[in-house]
Amino acid sequence: MGDWSGYLTLILQGALVTVQLTVLGCAMALVVAFVAGLGRIAPFAPLRWVASVYIEFFRGTSIFVQLFWVYFVLPFAGVTLSPLMAGVLALGLNMGAYGAEVVRGAILSVPKDQYEASIAVNLTRFQRMRHVILPQALPLMLPTFGNNAIELLKATAVVSLISLSDMTFQAQVVRAQTGSTMIPFATILLLYFAMATAIAAGMRALENRVTRGLDGVR
Amino acid sequence: MEWDWAFVAVITPTLLAGLKLTLLITLLSAIVAAVLGLAFAIARRSSNRFISRPVGAMVQFVRGTPLLVQLYFIFYVLPDAGILLPPLLAGVIGMGLHYATYTAEVYRAGIETVPKGQWEAARAANLTMRQTWVHVIIPQAVPPMIPALANYLIAMFKETPLLSAITVLELMNQAKSVANSSYRYVEPMTMVGVLFLMISLVSVVMLRWLEHRFGRLEK
Repeated sequence: MGDWSGYLTLILQGALVTVQLTVLGCAMALVVAFVAGLGRIAPFAPLRWVASVYIEFFRGTSIFVQLFWVYFVLPFAGVTLSPLMAGVLALGLNMGAYGAEVVRGAILSVPKDQYEASIAVNLTRFQRMRHVILPQALPLMLPTFGNNAIELLKATAVVSLISLSDMTFQAQVVRAQTGSTMIPFATILLLYFAMATAIAAGMRALENRVTRGLDGVR
Repeated sequence: MEWDWAFVAVITPTLLAGLKLTLLITLLSAIVAAVLGLAFAIARRSSNRFISRPVGAMVQFVRGTPLLVQLYFIFYVLPDAGILLPPLLAGVIGMGLHYATYTAEVYRAGIETVPKGQWEAARAANLTMRQTWVHVIIPQAVPPMIPALANYLIAMFKETPLLSAITVLELMNQAKSVANSSYRYVEPMTMVGVLFLMISLVSVVMLRWLEHRFGRLEK
């Protein structure tokens, strides 16, 4: 056993990688979700098809398979990614597909008269989206986005299997070096739970912020 | 990168053997999740706070931590406590427990969608608690749950590759071992993706039918 602070440092370094993956993955997922979600309700049919194929493909296979495909197969096509980039790419594309459905659902649930009213006051398509539809759709998306962010955090554990030294990977390293199993795994379980709780709290605060001033509307 | 059909033909039987195990794991874990989820849901509804609080906290905890780490925990930590599980069993218990925390929510939502008046009417008609559950609540609560439960069944199917990390020889692990011994990654990995996608797409169509048949559970 002995050098506990050393092992704890190792796990905390892993925690940093996990946080990094979660933040970058969420950022990418958010962008992808809006692009694919808006693509799915675009007036131009081929765009809708591309978005649908993307969404069905990434929702239909598991993050694990996608990650291995990105990491092991893409190099044969001449695209070599570092484990971190492969992880962010796979996580972002996977969660982005789930997020796209959320974006689509929220936008479609804005009442139709809102569209008609913005046409009546002669707003452009962009103005309509930016000032009328999205401000109303965003609060509907947030709770599900919060759940998705936690799912993404949990999915980051999988990247340890492509040799990225995240928290789970470091716990395995500690296990291999000390032979102790209980302490490293219990530690990272608690750390993951703390992170998930932090995300949930953050999303609640964000929800309060975004729904402020909407009381009279709904 | 070139695609070799002859190699695909060679590895397909191995992959299909893995697929069979994947489906078996999905089925067994689904049974565990369905039963355990119901137990969690009932325990959380309990009026005894010493039952509902700890179970609620445990469910929160399991939902907030990664399945992979839970699998490691079951597979590596429990043997220290003298509980030595074969990989398959450890995987089924881990997956079943993880998804039970999700199905518990489905059960809860399903039970809560039964209007309060139904409970009151059952009481007014002097039904016993058992009669109320069997003849009034469950027949109304279960149909809307079916699509949501089927949704988690598909999710579980997609999570089975995680079990390769604790040495279960399911589809993903078979593909990895084939890839490692032949130094060809493109075909095995792509085949795994295609197999998963095919089964998922078929199940999604079936899910749509279930939703159409039984309606959707609104949270």
